[in-house]
Amino acid sequence: MNDTALYHVLSIKDLTVFRGAAKILDRVTLALAQGETLALVGESGAGKSTIATAIMRLLENARVTGSATLAGEGDLLTLSERKMVKLRGRRLAMIFQDAGTALNPSYTVGRQLSTTLQRIHGLSKSDARKQAIDLFTSVGINDPEGRMSAFPHQLSGGMQQRVMVAIALAGSPDLLLADEPTSALDVTIQAQIVRLILKLTRERGASCVFVLHDLALASQACDRIAVLYAGQVVESGPARDVLERHRHPYTKQLKSCVLEIGAKDLVAPEGTVPSHDQMPNGCRFCTRCPRAVARCADETPPLVPARPTATGPLDHHIACWNPE
Amino acid sequence: MIVQTLSETKAPVTEQPIFELIEVEQVFEVPKPGRSLFSRETVGLRALDGVRLNIRKGTSLAVVGESGSGKSTLLRVLLGLDRPTGGRALYRSKPILEGRATGVEFARDVAMVYQDARGSLDPRMTIGALIAEPLRHFKIVPRQDEAARVSQLLDRVGLPADAADRYPSGLSGGQVRRVAIARALASEPSVLVADEAVSGLDVSTQAQLLILLRSLQRDMGLTLIFITHDLGVASFLCEEIAIMYLGRIVETGPTDAVLDAPSHPYSAALRAAAPQFFEPLSEPLSGEIPSPLNLPAGCRFSTRCPKVQDNCRLKDPQLGKLGPRRAVACLHPLEQQ
Ligand SMILES: Nc1ncnc2c1ncn2[C@@H]1O[C@H](COP(=O)(O)OP(=O)(O)OP(=O)(O)O)[C@@H](O)[C@H]1O
Ligand SMILES: Nc1ncnc2c1ncn2[C@@H]1O[C@H](COP(=O)(O)OP(=O)(O)OP(=O)(O)O)[C@@H](O)[C@H]1O
Ligand code: SF4
Ligand code: SF4
Ligand SMILES: [Mg+2]
Ligand SMILES: [Mg+2]
Repeated sequence: MNDTALYHVLSIKDLTVFRGAAKILDRVTLALAQGETLALVGESGAGKSTIATAIMRLLENARVTGSATLAGEGDLLTLSERKMVKLRGRRLAMIFQDAGTALNPSYTVGRQLSTTLQRIHGLSKSDARKQAIDLFTSVGINDPEGRMSAFPHQLSGGMQQRVMVAIALAGSPDLLLADEPTSALDVTIQAQIVRLILKLTRERGASCVFVLHDLALASQACDRIAVLYAGQVVESGPARDVLERHRHPYTKQLKSCVLEIGAKDLVAPEGTVPSHDQMPNGCRFCTRCPRAVARCADETPPLVPARPTATGPLDHHIACWNPE
Repeated sequence: MIVQTLSETKAPVTEQPIFELIEVEQVFEVPKPGRSLFSRETVGLRALDGVRLNIRKGTSLAVVGESGSGKSTLLRVLLGLDRPTGGRALYRSKPILEGRATGVEFARDVAMVYQDARGSLDPRMTIGALIAEPLRHFKIVPRQDEAARVSQLLDRVGLPADAADRYPSGLSGGQVRRVAIARALASEPSVLVADEAVSGLDVSTQAQLLILLRSLQRDMGLTLIFITHDLGVASFLCEEIAIMYLGRIVETGPTDAVLDAPSHPYSAALRAAAPQFFEPLSEPLSGEIPSPLNLPAGCRFSTRCPKVQDNCRLKDPQLGKLGPRRAVACLHPLEQQ
């Protein structure tokens, strides 16, 4: 594990996050190879944004254990804040889920991008402005010069999202965390932005973690997929394994809820995720799982290879006592 | 229970549209590009331009289209939040703003789920208080039944009862979305206008909400106006679809018919870009996305249209009938098989 970890841009081990008594993430283990794209999918509230925010060390009011090792830097969870300030925007960058709230409403979007460029690259004001216009152009903002002086509320949701993409790419990060970067966009622009993010990250061998809800899009954009349920990774591995040869009952349920165009039948899964004070000790899916067996409620299934040959950390893994 | 009260407000489906938009135009004055810091020069941004739309009572309409094409602006006009700068916007044959000004009925009857769900909720209020607010404001239930109704609404949108004591900041993006839906349903509206109401949700939560919305719409006669980027969602939930591009509705009709055989080239591009398992990501449309400050001459899609012909750059096509229930704004609509 230790020597393979060298080739991993990011290696998350047993990442656990508490908020008060609630265990929001429970021993999340994930690895990301260089140049690779990983999709985090799963129930809302499963902790996808928490993983991304924890890696950025921007979680507030939370107790974090485990490790998240960025190649060449060490464990992000224990680095000094000074070091983190240096890394953010340069080696690591994040596109936030709520573009509307992530942008500062009282500054123009041009100024927000320019100050980021000035801070990261030490550019002069006029150079930063030029580069900002170029970046706006490259993320497909029409009339980039005019939009420099727009305030966030004057832009459509999709346009705000592109501004976020531009800001995140400003420092050419090695690892981009994109938390639903396109869920506010129409499908043509979505495809364009995802292509753009992949192109810009691949060109420089950077890696990318996408939080996505659209499993079809995940299959198109990502090499690997990790499925989360209530703070636990329940299945992970190459996209085809997870989407077509999945063995975890929750992954199966997720897949059956995908709506293809023209579909009129949809069976909604029963129930909801238990609240944190009622979270089962064992497999957190056990309150809704059709395959639950006796030990499921009390014993947490470990994340293990889904078949005997899947031994590497990037291979197909599942956490289930009674898999499909 | 909510179900029953809603059904009392159910009216027979009539042909009289509940909303009618006639050549609606919404122009925002925005700073002139490149103006100097102290200049006050502005230019008009045509966020809506010649929008024609009829919405029948009891129908479900999906509004899809390019980001920035004016979908949210259209909803604001429908809700009477903004006065259109041109054309007429009618609710039950009366100007929407008049309806809105004459009392609480419009506000109760037409409920909204905003695109920015988190931003639409006061962060200092608990979820329970947020949902109780419309209950109280519209006098939906007596005070002593309030708590019970709140937990019923939470249950309806799939949130645990203990969510009532939490604050929006303690909820995930998807959970916040459910709160916004619960709040909109609280006033027992007959029209629900939703801007991207399920877009941030995982597919299983989405499935639950879509089934809920479909049953409210079908069984209780709720009129649903639903902005979505997901064509699968549009085709599951909505009988009709309106496709927008740069401030205009460019195609309308029954959802399945339009998605099976789009007649506007932009609709076809949208259809082709819908994510499909393990297919390569779709090629983007070529050409510049025009600025809404400077619409292209002739057809507004002509700068990117794969079917563009010479006359497209001269004449601006209006939305016109194409068969009994379909309409398209294109000089050379795609062949219907
Ligand atoms: N600031 C906070 N304080 C307390 N709990 C929080 C806070 N933010 C999130 N949570 C809780 O942490 C859990 C994980 O939230 P997170 O936002 O990571 O989910 P997510 O997987 O990103 O969901 P979504 O798909 O809806 O965005 C949820 O149960 C949520 O209620
Ligand atoms: N208050 C405003 N002032 C100036 N321009 C505005 C304002 N509101 C919207 N616009 C502009 O009007 C156009 C339509 O915006 P709108 O928000 O309606 O788009 P949308 O179709 O909802 O997009 P999205 O899918 O990205 O949410 C955009 O060009 C936007 O920048
Ligand atoms: S461990 Fe048990 S409850 Fe959990 S998914 Fe597997 S079978 Fe279901
Ligand atoms: S009018 Fe011409 S340019 Fe416009 S959509 Fe039709 S074919 Fe394309
Ligand atoms: Mg999230
Ligand atoms: Mg919008």
